[in-house]
Amino acid sequence: MSDSQTENSLAQESSLENPSPAGGGAIVATPPAGGRPRRRGVSWRERLEITVLSGPAIIVFIGFVILPVILAAYYGFFRWKGYGRPTDFVGLHNYVVILQDPEFRAALEHNLYILVLSLIIQGPIAILLALLLNRKMRGRSIIRVLIFVPWVVSEVIAGTGFSLMLSTQGAINDLLRNVGLGHFTADWLSDPNIALWALMGILTWKYIGFAVILFMAGMQNIPEELSEAAAIDGAGYWQIQRRITLPLLGPTIRIWAFLSIIGALQLFDLVYIIWGQYVAGTAGVSTMVTYMVQYGRNAGNYGYGSAVAVVVFFISLIVALGYQRFVLRRDTEGALTDGGKK
Amino acid sequence: MAATTLEPTAAVPLKRRKSVEDGGWGSPTTYFVALVVVALTLAPVAYIVLGGFRTNSQITTNPAAFPNPWKLDNYLEVLKSSTFWQQFFNSAIAALATTVGVVVLGVMASYVLARYHFRGRGAMFALFASGLMFPITVAITPLYLVIKDLGLLDNLLGVILPQIAFALPTTVIILVPFLRAIPREIEEAATVDGCSRLGFFGRMVIPLSLPGVLTVGILAFVGSWNSYLLPLFILNNQEHFTLTLGVQAFSSQYSTDTAKVLAFTSLSMIPALVFFSLFERRIVSGLGGAVKG
Repeated sequence: MSDSQTENSLAQESSLENPSPAGGGAIVATPPAGGRPRRRGVSWRERLEITVLSGPAIIVFIGFVILPVILAAYYGFFRWKGYGRPTDFVGLHNYVVILQDPEFRAALEHNLYILVLSLIIQGPIAILLALLLNRKMRGRSIIRVLIFVPWVVSEVIAGTGFSLMLSTQGAINDLLRNVGLGHFTADWLSDPNIALWALMGILTWKYIGFAVILFMAGMQNIPEELSEAAAIDGAGYWQIQRRITLPLLGPTIRIWAFLSIIGALQLFDLVYIIWGQYVAGTAGVSTMVTYMVQYGRNAGNYGYGSAVAVVVFFISLIVALGYQRFVLRRDTEGALTDGGKK
Repeated sequence: MAATTLEPTAAVPLKRRKSVEDGGWGSPTTYFVALVVVALTLAPVAYIVLGGFRTNSQITTNPAAFPNPWKLDNYLEVLKSSTFWQQFFNSAIAALATTVGVVVLGVMASYVLARYHFRGRGAMFALFASGLMFPITVAITPLYLVIKDLGLLDNLLGVILPQIAFALPTTVIILVPFLRAIPREIEEAATVDGCSRLGFFGRMVIPLSLPGVLTVGILAFVGSWNSYLLPLFILNNQEHFTLTLGVQAFSSQYSTDTAKVLAFTSLSMIPALVFFSLFERRIVSGLGGAVKG
């Protein structure tokens, strides 16, 4: 990656730090104080300090993150069972197979559904909840803690609990029958028409607290004077939220959306735990990563699995770069001027 | 906690003013909606915890009901099993070692990025930031092979080291603004008083960046406690399992004994919940800070 990109991300960083509009407060952004040279050049002593301090992190990071990623790209060109060195070079064959496999395409399709649905379900709900929890009320802080609990509960626990609750003879169907909604009972997890929605419900439950916390933090940074001024000018509550809070929350929403998109493309744990590798396919909730684990490691095809990983990475990269280019970029240009268009 | 809370942003006074403390009454609708949300949030957790107090026949005949009568047997049985404790300690060791590793390596690297000026600083930041593009899922297949070549398969170290590595990008991104926010005057004063940069690091930086360090540490701990994919690949032997794998193994092994599965599951989520409730404020403000900077 080039230096210019770093500068770009740093610039973006500092713009995100100050979502407050120019007239909003008397606070002036302090320029990043870090690393201004007091004299030219770096002494050997400083060099030593830099090496000693950053060396271990760089070694661990390169060894366990960068190296495997490079190896994945390399192994992807081989038919290889994981024993000895890979020798059976097959060129792009693995990639051709992946992209032509209807199972992989189905998995990719599921990922895209999950991506879009996560944004349009979780986003609005989380914004409304954050607005709600930003109002004066008793017990606000305890509610804020409770809403965050699912995020702390591990995927395995959530998966185990939900697969028991949602099974055909499980608690949800029983509950529906008990309250007289018996004809709403369903095979939540095995019916291909429903399973994806069950998954969306579980994902919303698990990750909405994270979004709410982010949005609340974003709202706390919006100066109150703006809403006060608007209220004096006769704006109603919802008008204020629509015209002031939402636009000023833009940078936070865009960051959240980015995290959510990446999460949706890399989804694995919950699906694998609740459905397992075989049922996930038939229930219509398989994802690219469950496909990768099923046909890579579990089938002993390490070359093929690595190739799937590379495909997943490039799909994520394209989406991320596209998002960065067309959406996040606004934040570097000034978050305020264009927020109203959203 | 230290009295010096150093926020990475300049917007601190605004934050203080805006935050409405508990107190004052909102409208009934607000409370109603909040109540419904809390109920929906807690229902699955309650189902797991309460299910552990029931018997299998209770669960079969009446899947959605309260325990009647309450039974402690399931919980006691799990608490008496050596498997549970073995896996509990494995999880604890992995989580603690990951946390320490992330904090130590992360603070050192972030300090360099925040306060040294040298050729390649941008490249180094980009290197770590690029890690955000490589979630563990992408690297897991070859990572498994790297761990195998290092002879760390079925060894907690094979889980800990990659977890540290994969936590470094977020750590660096959270900590760098914190460390950068330490006023230059403090450093200059320290230099005048004859403190070297490394001395400054030990005496001033660590205490002043404590809030950021705590946030990073908590995220690492909870992340490790809950991690699934990496242990799934690396650990094969039941006695080396962490609790997440344990829960799954247990639930497939005793698939007919639902009540016991629920008891095992709810006991295994307690540590993360306790840890979280202790540091809730830190996590929440830390996440806010992470997004802003």
